[in-house]
Amino acid sequence: MSVSAPSRISGIGRLTPFRAQRIWEHNYIAYRRLWKVVFSGFFEPVFYLFSVGVGIGALVGDVSGPGGVPVSYAAFVAPALMAASAMNGAVIETTFNIFFKLRFQNVYEGILTTPMQPADIAIGEIGWALLRGVLYSSTFIIVMVVMGLTTSWLAILAIPGSVLVGFAFGAVGLAATTYMRSWQDFDLVTLATMPMFLFSGTFYPLDVYPPAIQLVAKISPLYHGTELLRGFTLGVLDWTMLVHALFLLVMGLIGAAIANRRLDAMLRK
Amino acid sequence: MTDTLVEARGLTKRFDDLTAVDGIDFDIHQGEAFGFLGPNGAGKTSTMKMITTVSPITEGKLTVFGLDPTTQGRSIRQRIGVVPQEDNLDLELTVSENLYIYGRYHDMSRAEINPRITELLEFAQLSDRRDSTVEPLSGGMKRRLTIARALINDPDLIILDEPTTGLDPQARHLLWDRLYRLKRDGATLIITTHYMDEAEQLCDRLVVMDQGKIVAEGSPRELIEQYAPREVLELRFDDEQRDDAVIKMDGVAARSEVLADRVLLYTDDADDTQRALHDRGVHPEQVLVRRSTLEDVFLRLTGRRLID
Ligand SMILES: Nc1ncnc2c1ncn2[C@@H]1O[C@H](COP(=O)(O)OP(=O)(O)OP(=O)(O)O)[C@@H](O)[C@H]1O
Ligand SMILES: [Mg+2]
Repeated sequence: MSVSAPSRISGIGRLTPFRAQRIWEHNYIAYRRLWKVVFSGFFEPVFYLFSVGVGIGALVGDVSGPGGVPVSYAAFVAPALMAASAMNGAVIETTFNIFFKLRFQNVYEGILTTPMQPADIAIGEIGWALLRGVLYSSTFIIVMVVMGLTTSWLAILAIPGSVLVGFAFGAVGLAATTYMRSWQDFDLVTLATMPMFLFSGTFYPLDVYPPAIQLVAKISPLYHGTELLRGFTLGVLDWTMLVHALFLLVMGLIGAAIANRRLDAMLRK
Repeated sequence: MTDTLVEARGLTKRFDDLTAVDGIDFDIHQGEAFGFLGPNGAGKTSTMKMITTVSPITEGKLTVFGLDPTTQGRSIRQRIGVVPQEDNLDLELTVSENLYIYGRYHDMSRAEINPRITELLEFAQLSDRRDSTVEPLSGGMKRRLTIARALINDPDLIILDEPTTGLDPQARHLLWDRLYRLKRDGATLIITTHYMDEAEQLCDRLVVMDQGKIVAEGSPRELIEQYAPREVLELRFDDEQRDDAVIKMDGVAARSEVLADRVLLYTDDADDTQRALHDRGVHPEQVLVRRSTLEDVFLRLTGRRLID
């Protein structure tokens, strides 16, 4: 059998310029066997919703939502959990998963010997992370709808909103991973996401704090995600939501630019 | 004139203040198997990475298929197959998926890739491992899979960085056979190696690199003829006798090398030299006569052995 007999040749010029979707294809093949791992991430926000949202909600009663409208406590907490699920999905994807491929398996170095380029990898992995985040957030919003925690048709916009959350955290997660040297560094990821989850206006409005501390909390990107999604699921639109969306977008773009530069420098020495 | 696929002039690669490749010139022609031979750190991998366009050139000129790696890397990579020094198979994927996804990276369609996978798995003798994960494969199987993966796009140029390092002799011979077939079918190969026998077996032409420079160039035969007389006597002595024998042997052969464990005498006629040794009263413990190899060339050129 002759292997080099030309069975085909992709002619020069036939290359697709945008090829980040090849990374998605790769991840899709790999994840077909790992669906259980992915599936488990769906339950975490649901557990929070039933324990904190519904359980504590029974003690708390109604709270004042965006624009001062009273809403049930569960309806207040749910969009925050939705934002957190998009964050977690994207962060897990771009940190733990990518670190292994980047540092130990040299998978990307191999990929770069094909027509793929570092930007394809950066865009592909961030996009995939975003998809994982959105998978969690959009299954979660179904739970919310079923439980009657969305009060407006505008709630549908929470899904594109969570795309922004996934993008921002996926991009920054990937950028951060390029700086990581050992598994210990991953404690820092938890150290960043855990307090963000607790203090981003997730479980109570930020105005319980004095203004100085409020200001600190407002730097948290998750705060912007939470406020954005809360506005949508409770159907209260406000111009500040534009600021939240913009914050996430800029954060994602900066993260993506850094990730792209770093990957290029690491992989093409 | 044959087509030149790769042309390098004054090609240089520096990492900070370390010069890994120090102004080398070479031409690689269509259809030949071209070798880079050299010890650890000679700059072989650095050279390969520049050819595969994944490592930017520091200085000098390099063209691959007449294209510029700096600006046309993608078009170059579309036409090459790369077997890296370290296996980087995708452990998340099965054997056939590893091939499939590389086909996709090359923009091949599923219909193009699938028959190719069957063909390549057969070539690599991995057909029965098609759906196995990569992890449990032996070193030789992983290497063969890496080679199969490099062939998925039917490349015009195949770059193999130490394809057989770390394999047992049987696995090496199987790989050599596969590479030989590729060559026979008209592929252009670039091979780096520490093994002289590998270079002699596979390469039409080769360069010997040392400390970033090319120290010799030619076909294996030419190099041996030019740098090492035809035959080598390998002599082993008792520790006490050795120094005395080395003195007595002075001038008996065209050239000699005193190594830690033996003395090498280079000569055009081993029988003559053996007689001369006898006449001088030199009686080694052990005598081995062999044809000279590229290893001898390397020793001659650098005063060092290739593999320590
Ligand atoms: N990314 C890098 N950063 C710094 N120095 C490097 C880098 N890659 C290679 N070098 C150095 O460049 C020199 C040449 O290395 P190279 O890997 O090209 O040698 P080689 O001939 O392939 O060796 P080996 O036979 O061990 O594979 C070595 O001194 C090596 O330490
Ligand atoms: Mg090397």
